[in-house]
Amino acid sequence: MNIIVCIKQVPETTEVRINPETNTLIREGVKSIINPFDMYAIEEAIRLKERFGGKVSVVTMGPPQADNALREAISLGADEGFLVCDRAFAGSDTWATSYTLAGAIKKVGSFDLILCGKQASDGDTAQVGPGISTHLDIPQVTYVKKIEEVRDNIMRVERMMEEGFEIIETPLPVLLTVVKEINEPRLPSLKGIMRSKSAKITILTQKELDLDTQSIGLCGSPTQVVKIFTPPQRAGGQMLTGEISEIVTKLVELVKGEVH
Amino acid sequence: MDYLFSEETKMVKDLAHKIAEEKIRPVAAKYDQSEEYPWDIIKVIADAGLFGLFIPEEYGGMHVNVLNLCLATEEMSRACGGIAVCYAASALGTFPIVLFGNDEQKKKYLPDLASGKKVAAFAVTEPEAGSDASAIKTTAKKEGDYYVLNGLKHFITNGGDAETYVVIAMTDKTKGARGASAFIVEKGTPGFTFGKKEDKFGIRASSTRELIFTDCKVPKANLLSKEGMGFIVTMRTFDMSRPGVAAQALGIAQGALELAVKYARERVQFGKSISSFQGIQWMLADMATGVESARALVYATARMVDAGIKDVAKESAMAKMYASDVAMKVTVDALQIFGGYGYMKDYPIEKYVRDAKITQIYEGTNQIQRSIIALQLIKEMAK
Repeated sequence: MNIIVCIKQVPETTEVRINPETNTLIREGVKSIINPFDMYAIEEAIRLKERFGGKVSVVTMGPPQADNALREAISLGADEGFLVCDRAFAGSDTWATSYTLAGAIKKVGSFDLILCGKQASDGDTAQVGPGISTHLDIPQVTYVKKIEEVRDNIMRVERMMEEGFEIIETPLPVLLTVVKEINEPRLPSLKGIMRSKSAKITILTQKELDLDTQSIGLCGSPTQVVKIFTPPQRAGGQMLTGEISEIVTKLVELVKGEVH
Repeated sequence: MDYLFSEETKMVKDLAHKIAEEKIRPVAAKYDQSEEYPWDIIKVIADAGLFGLFIPEEYGGMHVNVLNLCLATEEMSRACGGIAVCYAASALGTFPIVLFGNDEQKKKYLPDLASGKKVAAFAVTEPEAGSDASAIKTTAKKEGDYYVLNGLKHFITNGGDAETYVVIAMTDKTKGARGASAFIVEKGTPGFTFGKKEDKFGIRASSTRELIFTDCKVPKANLLSKEGMGFIVTMRTFDMSRPGVAAQALGIAQGALELAVKYARERVQFGKSISSFQGIQWMLADMATGVESARALVYATARMVDAGIKDVAKESAMAKMYASDVAMKVTVDALQIFGGYGYMKDYPIEKYVRDAKITQIYEGTNQIQRSIIALQLIKEMAK
């Protein structure tokens, strides 16, 4: 089974700081890690490889230092890494990113399965995974918490819902986004870390991918971030006291006042 | 302080740190309470490849490097001295085979120890042979192709959970220390059973049991080196492993220091963080200086061993003695900084005091270490 895992390097913090002038993330001084949700995708890919054989290829789009994220994935057991990196891709929104990644995946080679984390911890959009499947015209199942069965090019998975779960059968190839309930990611091994240090990372630029220039980077991104701001803290509520009928009357008056 | 580690050593340290923080720290209190052997953590350490740090590459390890072993032990001890000793004791039980085993013995036993599929133990101590190892009473009598072992070992770390044991027994009582020999004994050998499991003050995640030998037939092929080499095997093994015990003490001290600094910053009394009080600051400064000097001594000794310097008895003794005395002092002071809360089991610090104490006692009490150091000093002067 050939598996492609799409990962993203994100800042290691839950308190992302934003530059109010450029509306972009402030990355300086913050350590970069693999998006925590992607760790579950990597682990699931390695487990499937251990069961069915095949190859795990990891793909990321980002600046040159995202090389570290790919090496970490290799230290965990992935076979090869592809870094999609070009100034032409800068400023991509989720649409352009998923278009670019889909283009890169075509270059990586044939695959049976694409795995992604359910969303990135910095942007929190959960759009890139589904976007890739759309660009590649393959089925997608999001929020997968268990791969139940793989047989004859069919995969049966459990999809987590707010209450309960769905069981879905899908033909392969398919793109799955996974939730943290799916497994417990392993730690790397010394041998894995040593292998990752010397592993060759393939860099894919616009030259190799030859994508439609109108669909990549800033000009291929329909999303425009107009403003990013921290919402003002909510002021304390107003407590109404007295008999129920009085409270109701007061409440209605207040609501009417708000509406007008 | 920057100790100018190689890339490989940094890698070992970082990986052990990750294991300690992500896997060991969350379960340290649980195993301290239950006294169960931490098999799930042993598996994590094994999968990471850390059991390979004390085994040559041709037998499935990464190569023997005492500095790497010390860093792995130190990092894991920061989170739990008990779990770390399960690992370090396997190194102790493996060193005699690495140092004195013939190729056949190495091929048979080392690969499973390198992969962490099995853990090892080293059995010297007996009820009446503690610091005085020459008082060993366990005997090994040669009968045809076997040695027949009879006797009792006690306080054996990893006892009962280890699969591979190196046991010191007397092959010739009339020769005293020169009549001792070392044997590899596998768990499950008829006549080899386990006695009581000790209920300990600290390092409670590790198992400590009696080993009982009753007409236990051990194949002749399991004799390490030659008859009469038992004490040499023991001493050379301890020279290799003492930096590891020192590293365990160092890790416990470092862990306690970190908790104390963190607590001192958070705890508010008289309207201020207690870390703003000079009384606390001076304690922390002394603790940190003690830890750093112990660290320098431990790493320097480990590097001497790795450089192949044969006579490290004095330095090994100094590192073990000093680091464990620092660990005792630092953990007690850390508890003091926690005040009343520190005395309660709801807080992690009292465990560090309990875990630290053993490092002053085992693998040669600190009194014995001082005797070793003094003897070496006198010998050197007499040269």
